[in-house]
Amino acid sequence: MNHQFKLLRKESYSGLIGNLLKSQQVYGPVKQEGYTYYKRISYPDEITEDYIIPQMSAKSFVFPKIEKLFSFVKSKDGVRVEDKNLDTIPKKVIFGVRPCDATGIHNLSAIFLWEPEDSIFKKRREQTTIISFACSSADDYCFCTSLGGGPGNTAGSDIQLIKTGTNDYLAEIITPKGAEIVSSNPGLFEDVDSVEKEKYLVRLPVCFDDSELEDKITDAFDTAIFDDLSMKCVGCGACAFICPVCGCFDIQDETKGSMGQRVRIWDSCGLRQFTLHTSGHNPRDTQGARYRQRLMHKFSYMPDRLGVKGCVGCGRCSRACPVEINIHENLQQITKLVKIHKHE
Amino acid sequence: MNKNNIYLPYQMKISKITQEAPGVKTFRLEFLNSGEGELFSFKTGQFGEYSVYGEGESTFCIASPHTRKGYIECTFRQVGRVTTALANQEEGAVIGFRGPYGNVFPIDDWKGKDLIFIAGGIALPPMRSVIWSCLDTRNHFKDITVFYGARTVNDLVYKQELEEWGNRSDVNLHLTVDPGGETPEWKGEVGFVPSVVENVAPSSIDAIVIVCGPPVMIKNTFPVLKKLGFEDKNIYTTLENRMKCGFGKCGRCNVGKTFVCKDGPVFTAEQLADMPGEY
Repeated sequence: MNHQFKLLRKESYSGLIGNLLKSQQVYGPVKQEGYTYYKRISYPDEITEDYIIPQMSAKSFVFPKIEKLFSFVKSKDGVRVEDKNLDTIPKKVIFGVRPCDATGIHNLSAIFLWEPEDSIFKKRREQTTIISFACSSADDYCFCTSLGGGPGNTAGSDIQLIKTGTNDYLAEIITPKGAEIVSSNPGLFEDVDSVEKEKYLVRLPVCFDDSELEDKITDAFDTAIFDDLSMKCVGCGACAFICPVCGCFDIQDETKGSMGQRVRIWDSCGLRQFTLHTSGHNPRDTQGARYRQRLMHKFSYMPDRLGVKGCVGCGRCSRACPVEINIHENLQQITKLVKIHKHE
Repeated sequence: MNKNNIYLPYQMKISKITQEAPGVKTFRLEFLNSGEGELFSFKTGQFGEYSVYGEGESTFCIASPHTRKGYIECTFRQVGRVTTALANQEEGAVIGFRGPYGNVFPIDDWKGKDLIFIAGGIALPPMRSVIWSCLDTRNHFKDITVFYGARTVNDLVYKQELEEWGNRSDVNLHLTVDPGGETPEWKGEVGFVPSVVENVAPSSIDAIVIVCGPPVMIKNTFPVLKKLGFEDKNIYTTLENRMKCGFGKCGRCNVGKTFVCKDGPVFTAEQLADMPGEY
């Protein structure tokens, strides 16, 4: 891809955020009690650059934990239903999104924009501009490069900033939305001649063959490997909660007196109730079957049906897991499985 | 479906309630907005999300045939929060409905064939939609045979319609209840559905069979049908995994890579054989 690059000098960086703050809501990585979160900011210097990856992914900007779908009022005369007003969804720019999180939003879009298109998700996506920060550091849990991503991956980003040796920023212009920010801040971005983006990025080794993974895991459905890998899983669902691509949800009604709303809320395939039938029958009745669903959905079903993976290699699920189930190690183990020959 | 908000239900008025069996009711639903009703159409086999505002949504098939316009019907058993709230509704009340979702029984492809319907318990409703859709175009098909069983005589649903089908000369009806579920007056068979089918042994030549029931009944009926010579491609069923959205996003109804809501709920035994047994 031949993206255009500009130079954003360190002196101009705060000016850019300040200008954006004048026209829309701005979010960025903010330190809070030692942890980093994507939070709404009021001043440019609230944004930190001292983080590997924020605690929570950026998915809630397009897929909030709780999304009102519509509201209703009940009275003696019946029910009055009020549709959601999409015009109330504000424009936002999210600063400092890690490339893995931006890719997460890109991949999540495949689920929600799959026919029938989810207009609420679509509107949130349209209203959100993503200015990612390329990664100059990583930790032991990061494995984006093993899944075809990377510290300078641009999927899902509108602009990507890459910090240079002089503490200035290279700005890679990826989408028309990104180009508009550049053109509406004419004094801040300078032309730049030669660009060596790669030399500013962290080097992260590739640990397994991504092209083999889909075939191997698809063939492994009837093996015991998922039971083995999830033996210690307690079914808490934390992995889905912090995952940038986990998009599974529940639909529930919330009421207060005669008023109420139907909401879409985050859910997890790791929870027993997720697939439990009214009769008591449960198609995924063991934690192993549920872990299999989690991995197969991400590495077999989504690639097959939607052309994208359900994982970006951010490693959050491994960091959050209370019993230290490590997805990176587990995927390496799956790719080492010998080819399984099925009997015809 | 509402294109602007795929989660927004139609407003439906309950025009008729029928008590089918203990805890089981049928609602006839008419569109509050007649314009929406005129634009609405569905085909037998499809399903929807039914809701009581303030309680939530539940997934049921459309139990009425597509040959009858102006209304839809659903039959449900009162078990959880939403079905209890539904059961407490009275005629005239307004509930929500989203749909139709999913694929259909390809009844146009069955013209000129024998049809054999096999249902168990509360799984008769999806089958009832197909049966009436076929009976309303009766001359398209040859013999029509219906096997239906429930735990007890009391649990049989659509009792009036069963009587009607039993009285028709163009329907062969075999009713059965599980051993111990019979009453002194019971004139039907006593035994599990798969064994009754095996005893009656319908011909598999130029015949289509449609099986609906709890997973255990489906899994026990397929081997019997195989023994009787039915090919997998001529055996149809409908799966009813738990669902929330109905259109392939909420992530819980899939069997392997197949979404019951989008690719199903109607599948042939041939298709099921290629899917993992996660249903």
